[in-house]
Amino acid sequence: MKSPDAFISIRDVGKSYGTFRAIESVSLDIAHGEFFSLLGASGSGKTTLLRMLAGFEGVTSGEIFIDGAPMSDVPPHKRPVNMVFQNYAIFPHLNVAQNVGYGLRRLKLPRARQNEMVDEMLDLVQLGGYGARRAHELSGGQRQRIALARALILKPKVLLLDEPLGALDKQLREQMQVELRRLQRAIGITFVFVTHDQEEALTLSDRIAVMDGGAILQVDSPAALYERPRTRDVAGFIGNMNFLDARVKGMAHGYASLEVDGLGALNLPAEGKQLVEGARVCVAIRPEKLVLHDSLPGGPEKAVQGMIELVTYLGERSHYHVRLPGCAAPLAISFQNSRIKPAHPAQEGRTVWITWTPDALILLERAQK
Amino acid sequence: MKSGTYIKRPNRALQIYACVFLFVLYLPVLFIPLFSFNDSIYVRFPMQGLTTRWYVDLWSRDTVWAALGNSVTVGIWVSVISTGLGVVAARAITRYRIPGQSAILTFALLPLIVPGIIFGVALLVLLSRLGIPLSLYTVGLGHLIICLPFAIATLLPRFEGFERSLDEASADLGENGWWTFWRVTFPMVAPGILASLLLTFTISFDEFIMTFFLSGTDTTLPIYIWSQLRFPQQFPVVLAMSSVILALSFVMVFVALWIGRMGVAREYADDPQ
Amino acid sequence: MVTVPDVPLGRPRKGFAAWFRRSEAAQGLALMSPTLLVLLIGIAVPLVILITMGFWTREGFGFDTTPTLDNYARIGAEPIFVTFLARSFMVSGIATLVTILLCYPMAYYVAFHVHRNKMLWIVLMTLPFWTSYLLRVFAWRVVLGYEGVVNSAFLSLGWIEAPLEFLLYSQTAVIITLTHAWAAFAILPLYVSLEKIDKSLLEAATDLGDGPVRRFLRITLPLSMPGVVAAFFLIFIPTTGDFITPALLGGPDGMMIGNLIQLQFGPVNNWPMGAALSIVLMLWIGALGLVFLFLTRLAKRRLA
Repeated sequence: MKSPDAFISIRDVGKSYGTFRAIESVSLDIAHGEFFSLLGASGSGKTTLLRMLAGFEGVTSGEIFIDGAPMSDVPPHKRPVNMVFQNYAIFPHLNVAQNVGYGLRRLKLPRARQNEMVDEMLDLVQLGGYGARRAHELSGGQRQRIALARALILKPKVLLLDEPLGALDKQLREQMQVELRRLQRAIGITFVFVTHDQEEALTLSDRIAVMDGGAILQVDSPAALYERPRTRDVAGFIGNMNFLDARVKGMAHGYASLEVDGLGALNLPAEGKQLVEGARVCVAIRPEKLVLHDSLPGGPEKAVQGMIELVTYLGERSHYHVRLPGCAAPLAISFQNSRIKPAHPAQEGRTVWITWTPDALILLERAQK
Repeated sequence: MKSGTYIKRPNRALQIYACVFLFVLYLPVLFIPLFSFNDSIYVRFPMQGLTTRWYVDLWSRDTVWAALGNSVTVGIWVSVISTGLGVVAARAITRYRIPGQSAILTFALLPLIVPGIIFGVALLVLLSRLGIPLSLYTVGLGHLIICLPFAIATLLPRFEGFERSLDEASADLGENGWWTFWRVTFPMVAPGILASLLLTFTISFDEFIMTFFLSGTDTTLPIYIWSQLRFPQQFPVVLAMSSVILALSFVMVFVALWIGRMGVAREYADDPQ
Repeated sequence: MVTVPDVPLGRPRKGFAAWFRRSEAAQGLALMSPTLLVLLIGIAVPLVILITMGFWTREGFGFDTTPTLDNYARIGAEPIFVTFLARSFMVSGIATLVTILLCYPMAYYVAFHVHRNKMLWIVLMTLPFWTSYLLRVFAWRVVLGYEGVVNSAFLSLGWIEAPLEFLLYSQTAVIITLTHAWAAFAILPLYVSLEKIDKSLLEAATDLGDGPVRRFLRITLPLSMPGVVAAFFLIFIPTTGDFITPALLGGPDGMMIGNLIQLQFGPVNNWPMGAALSIVLMLWIGALGLVFLFLTRLAKRRLA
């Protein structure tokens, strides 16, 4: 667990409230300058973990290191981290400039220098000239930028962000996502970002930790999480996924021989999993990795036949729900409309053929909840 | 009231009722200042002419000044102490999870609904068993018990509405506990504290029941009034004194309520949409 | 590159100081300890002593501290106590009901018909309450007196030939005064609970066919019951123990239990008796309160 390159090192950290275990012995390493996201549903423990980094929650067991120093006895106001709160926590009795410059008091800089720094910061977040305004005169997006400016002006080693974009509408959120990414690259400090929105996490992060029930399910880059989720929970959490039940017929040379509902007999790499004959497993495939054909394709890949139950038109693509024999639930297929031949439109009721590339299938063990 | 429109047309009957109600509410109290200028010791219509001689008489009475001084002194001490106690209680209740806090709160707010006489005699009994003589200090203690619930009731909503994240933000930005209190918590609850001070002072100033049981030789203004009520020729002077007290109380309370509203309104305006 | 030093995980924290820092309850209680102390000394301990004293008897200038139920026996046996208790509850009860009835339309008006400056109305309605109780009672004496405002006005207008005697020094006077003095305690809870009623419920009722009166009876009134209950307790309980109003305008007929208690601690100088009476008063208030709560719960179920 020890990594000499880690800037933030969380080692076997646990958190209990009385008898309730909020965090289960979590270990994590975050590198310097990384945009790292904690992704999970409400109650997954992601905010608790963030607050433990900030020092607002105590650590029941384990230890947190930031830049090599243990943080257990360091109170929040002495840590080299700053936080952007979910509701921004702008001080209502101070104006924008006083808010942004709040943390400078301690540094005892001359007033002129403080004003200069505040102005610079406001320009950086594109709110130059707003210094005299008060919190209630600002929009949500503006308040968020003030909260950012207030934190960044102190040049922290780590910036913690607690679902900062949750309260913004879609367009603004997307704008801010670009902004944040740009800022992080420009400043180069470590960002630890908490969100429940998996699209957001995929867009912004260098690496993501998927959390559930106080534990970390998987830590990986967005692409790796999307393409190769390690458990069924992670697979279902990120993006859309089809799950097919399968039974293990045997194991040989690192491959598992499976009987998959709807797709028939297949061999998939076992990737180190130890599977017994007769075990029930799960085969997952992304909707966009399945290819629709209007007639039996002649290639070497395996093809199965099914019937379209429902079509949902989405402009660029359409979602097809295809009923396969032997399959309990219809398969969801996402197919670009530009690839549909006009002579053979894919309509409800039509028979179609489905193919896929071999590495599109993911072998997962059954969820253990 | 047409059915179907919820923003109703004004209901004439109710409007008239409301106005009459307010009129009747204030009227008896307004008779006091009115007759304090009456040139007669009898309070009756028709009035005998206007005079300020009762106020002049009031001005010259030493006992009145003494009683006033006592009332003010006790009032100031009681308001400061009860507000202080209320602040720590409100802060503790909103900031920490205290076991049995609703029981404690109910207990603290008891004087608001239990007959005052019960607390008065209970304290009297305690003090006599302890052998403590009655004085302005005992009066102060009695007032404290009565004022504390009001202080807590005024301060608690302000502390509750105060977001915890503001405290945390201040700590996050480098300020320790003391500085956070001074720069963030205090400015935001200051209007509430001011309102509590004014309110508790007024209550202590006007308080009669506890004072009746717990005072020794030094009297407060309400006790003085009570003692004068048995002398009919003192009536108009009592009216004059009452008018002065009424005017001062009204002003103080109005200011206190207004400050309270203002602070709360400002905070609501600052909520993120 | 940074190296992570080898430290024992889960550093143990022993001792009282560590427990204190981590226990929220301890910190909270410590913070409000002065308040708790005052509450203890000012309310808890005196009440305990009061209860104890109810079991003592007067002996010369001191007390016979052998516990006995003599006082309570006397209260049960001698008719004067029961009379006064009953009268107090009746007077308070009537005053409370009248207050609530009179204040309900006012609260209703401000909650439903005032759209701007609601705060102003509320301040106006409650302002008189914040002044001295003594002075407000005194004000009514001025108004109702033999030579007071009402009588002299009516006389000079020729409406009556002799001053009305029942106005002052009667139970009626006490009831009127109590009603006026405690109005604010009715208006505030009534207003709060009326204000909270979701207007869309009323719109739904109208949509489903209810006229204004039925809508009031079926929706508004039941939903405002918590306010009514609160108002009842806020007025009834304190007024039963009132001694100022009866003393100033009750006359012999209007004396209430509060006066009796005050006398025990005053001229009669029988403190244990006074303590016992206080306890009896509190117990009765508690009992009546429970009965009232039960009745309103019943009423709520009936109305629904």
